[in-house]
Amino acid sequence: MKRYDDRQRDPRKEVDVMDLNDRPRNSGKRKNSNNIKQNNKSGNYNSQKSNSKKSNTQNTRSVNSAPRGARTKVKIKNLNKEFTIITYVFLALFMCLTIYLMYYVQFVSEDFMNNPYNARLDHLSETTIKGDIISSDGEILATTNVDQNGYESRVYPHGDMYAHVVGYSANGMSGIEKDANYNMLRSNSFFLTKIVNEIAGKKNQGDTVVSTVDSRLQSAAYNALGNNKGAIICIEPSTGKVLAMVSKPDFDPNSIEANWDEYISDDESSVLLNRTTQGLYAPGSTFKMVTLMAYMDQYKDYDDFYYDCNGEYNLSDHSMHCYNNKAHGPENLLDAFGNSCNCAFSEIGLKLNINGYGKLCDDLLFNTELPTNLSNTTTSRFSLNADDSDSTIAQTAIGQGQTMVSPIHMAMLASAIANDGLLMKPYVIDHVQNDQGHVVKNYKSQAYGQLIDGNTAAKMDEYMRYVVTNGTASSLMSDQYCAYGKTGTADFSSDMDKNHSWFVGYAENYYGKEIAVAVIVEEVPSGSPYAVPATKEILDTYFSY
Amino acid sequence: MLHVLISASRFSLIIFMAVYTFYSFTALKSNIKPASQEKLFKKQTRLMYMFLINANLILYLLYQDVRILILAICEIVLFMLTFVIYKKIYSNASKSLVNNMCMLLAVSFVILTRLDIDKAIKQFVFAAVAIVITCFIPIIVAKLEGLSKLGMFYGIIGIIGLALVLVIAQTTYGAKLSLSIGPVVIQPSEFIKIIFIFFVACMLKDIEDFKYLVKVTIIAAIHVLILVMSKDLGGALIFLVTYLVMLYVSTRNPFYMFIGLVAGALASIVAYFLFSHIQARVIAWKDPLSVINDQGYQICQSLFAIGYGGWFGTGLGQGMPEKIPVVTTDFVFSAISEEMGVLFSICIIFLCINCFLMMFNISLQIKDYFYKLIALGIGTLYGAQTFLALGGVIKFIPSTGVTLPLVSYGGSSLFCIIILFAIIQGLYVRENNEDMEYEEIR
Repeated sequence: MKRYDDRQRDPRKEVDVMDLNDRPRNSGKRKNSNNIKQNNKSGNYNSQKSNSKKSNTQNTRSVNSAPRGARTKVKIKNLNKEFTIITYVFLALFMCLTIYLMYYVQFVSEDFMNNPYNARLDHLSETTIKGDIISSDGEILATTNVDQNGYESRVYPHGDMYAHVVGYSANGMSGIEKDANYNMLRSNSFFLTKIVNEIAGKKNQGDTVVSTVDSRLQSAAYNALGNNKGAIICIEPSTGKVLAMVSKPDFDPNSIEANWDEYISDDESSVLLNRTTQGLYAPGSTFKMVTLMAYMDQYKDYDDFYYDCNGEYNLSDHSMHCYNNKAHGPENLLDAFGNSCNCAFSEIGLKLNINGYGKLCDDLLFNTELPTNLSNTTTSRFSLNADDSDSTIAQTAIGQGQTMVSPIHMAMLASAIANDGLLMKPYVIDHVQNDQGHVVKNYKSQAYGQLIDGNTAAKMDEYMRYVVTNGTASSLMSDQYCAYGKTGTADFSSDMDKNHSWFVGYAENYYGKEIAVAVIVEEVPSGSPYAVPATKEILDTYFSY
Repeated sequence: MLHVLISASRFSLIIFMAVYTFYSFTALKSNIKPASQEKLFKKQTRLMYMFLINANLILYLLYQDVRILILAICEIVLFMLTFVIYKKIYSNASKSLVNNMCMLLAVSFVILTRLDIDKAIKQFVFAAVAIVITCFIPIIVAKLEGLSKLGMFYGIIGIIGLALVLVIAQTTYGAKLSLSIGPVVIQPSEFIKIIFIFFVACMLKDIEDFKYLVKVTIIAAIHVLILVMSKDLGGALIFLVTYLVMLYVSTRNPFYMFIGLVAGALASIVAYFLFSHIQARVIAWKDPLSVINDQGYQICQSLFAIGYGGWFGTGLGQGMPEKIPVVTTDFVFSAISEEMGVLFSICIIFLCINCFLMMFNISLQIKDYFYKLIALGIGTLYGAQTFLALGGVIKFIPSTGVTLPLVSYGGSSLFCIIILFAIIQGLYVRENNEDMEYEEIR
């Protein structure tokens, strides 16, 4: 076949100097076809020259003649390798291109296309009635009403209750209305129905988006927050499903257009802001969870921790106080956490290696975009340098200072601890179905990864349970479920009479049903734990069905 | 009712195209009988006419413009004429290549009629003139034995031509490409592609020593550099790849190829940091949505179009391809994807692959070393340009602003590519004729 020993010759000479006549026809022909098959797997020739055998008698002789093959072999064999390489390189490139195109259409395009700059979405609404949004238990949260004249209007039967999770679709869009706009504008109705509609000139029914939100829990959370400002988010730790998401103050998406100017001009209460994902708050004592994890990480002998609290912790430039200046007396680490002892945690903070502390916070998703499938989440902030003053370090350790967190971030931490350290990405759209209820697209739950080491998560279980059994969240004791958590009170201004009240934690029952929650109630009078009773209402509801 | 027709034609057009593509690969099989191959080509031409008739009827029903019907008839006549010309003048030409050329032109005519009937008419005229001119190519190729002795002449013409463009050309979409002579706007770099291939083939057919190679490489590099300065990145890349492949095949030294690729990569990195317009393209490639208002607008609209069309397309006239800037030239592939479907687009990619394979195949068969290199150069140029054009619009690679051969609107580009196809055919015919002479001598 191919003679490699010839390869060193000058190709030019091979071309110029060749003897074409010394080869018997038939063998030459056969060899040629072998040559082609073996050396050019793309198998793309020898056919053209013989194609006109019948139709073009004029050329029959040349077409069928073997010598071409024979000569080709003599002269060109040395270039076959180069040609083959180049051919394969190009073929590989084109194949990658084709595969990429297929991948894009099948898996990427849907999410990519759901963009306000995509004028095609408006075009779709001319042929499709935008589909419904329903809760996981089948409550209609948003639907399109069509009146006798064909005029369409978007209706939200529950008004304010789902304002932030479902969102609005006038004057722009938000929430699921925005994230799943494209899905609801597409119709996967039965194809015969679509053909009939097309002939009749009727619009197709868009697909229905099924949310992960449970209407019973959402309603409980909505009522638990009452007339206060604040935010509540509940996540199922094993999947990342968002079960409830409430932010107050809220608005009625049915009348958003009429009240738009008012909402826009009101800077103070920021009605349109979804506080669960976009609000940033000082974490207060809930941040002691993070400080505790850092301490357990850095001091393997944390069981031997001992501190005698007299209600005050003096630093060179500042003194820290426990809540109401209460002296907790001698404490181990568990007591300090259960009592939410500011003095003990100031001491812990000052013992920490600051770089390690900062690294842990980075690992726990501070200063980075949160891994969620929700749009518009705000990044939590943590910053501390080794040369910061003692008071700054102590303040940071107890959750004051520069640290800012969003409620969903705290719920994610709780969720990861509840799920043995494995964080599932929160998501709010469960699946898309057509008007007959057949699933068109399923959003699977996705793991972010091991956020917290399994042993640490197990230890945190113990500590957060102690807060409920012996500490500041004792009202969450119940025979229906087992709650874990951490309370917090965060100063937000110089007005010492008002604080933000926090609860971050999770609960489970005997059957393995689990829920992680983050509750923040804004600007409530100091001294009364608003978040804990709100959490109790939610947990009582959740474990009642 | 029209809607139903359009919906039905979504599928029929894909079927015509898919069957056509299937035949074009079946015809490549090494063990196929000539008679059945001939039948396949006949079937292909029929599919081509059916495609044109079907698509143009839908377009006529949609837009109620008589010109569409007239144009459709003209197109069919042109194709018939092309087949006759190739049968008479290019006796024994590669039918596969002729068919593919016509099919790609047919797709181009249909999508341009959909987008802008005036451009479709112009495109048709360009194609017709180019095909008439190609009648003379085999004569030129066969008669002008001296073609291979003018190496430096081609090189100098090429450099002067490109430099002229750089100095006096108009700027379109950020690149200096076009030259107006009276009412005619031409893109000389398209024609210089042909001259460049001749230059490289002339020079590399007699490699004297390493010094000589360096000299040739420098001249080729000047071409590329002028194109980079004109901000025609796609053009520069095509020239570079064509040169490297021809160098590699003629020296059979993979080391040169390797050196060339490394030099190209280094130059790209330097260029990335030097030129803001290159950075803009890379940003638009990495995350187009983040710069959708700006550099990313075009590629985003292109991706919206492809996604909106999905596998089967929206049907002719049902999409919004006009939202994509310069849709008739660089982004014509997105428009096709949107309205005729990604399945149809994949068929187009395969047709392009088929053309590429045919060109390499022909090059492999040619015995005269000079002509062999020319065929190789044309094949490489075609492959590289197609890849850059397709890859750019689907965001597989950063967009380089290259037209899709035979499909994109544009006189110079169409002209040049039809001539290249004709040269390949001319070489193929010449080869066969030599065989015939040889037979006669015997």
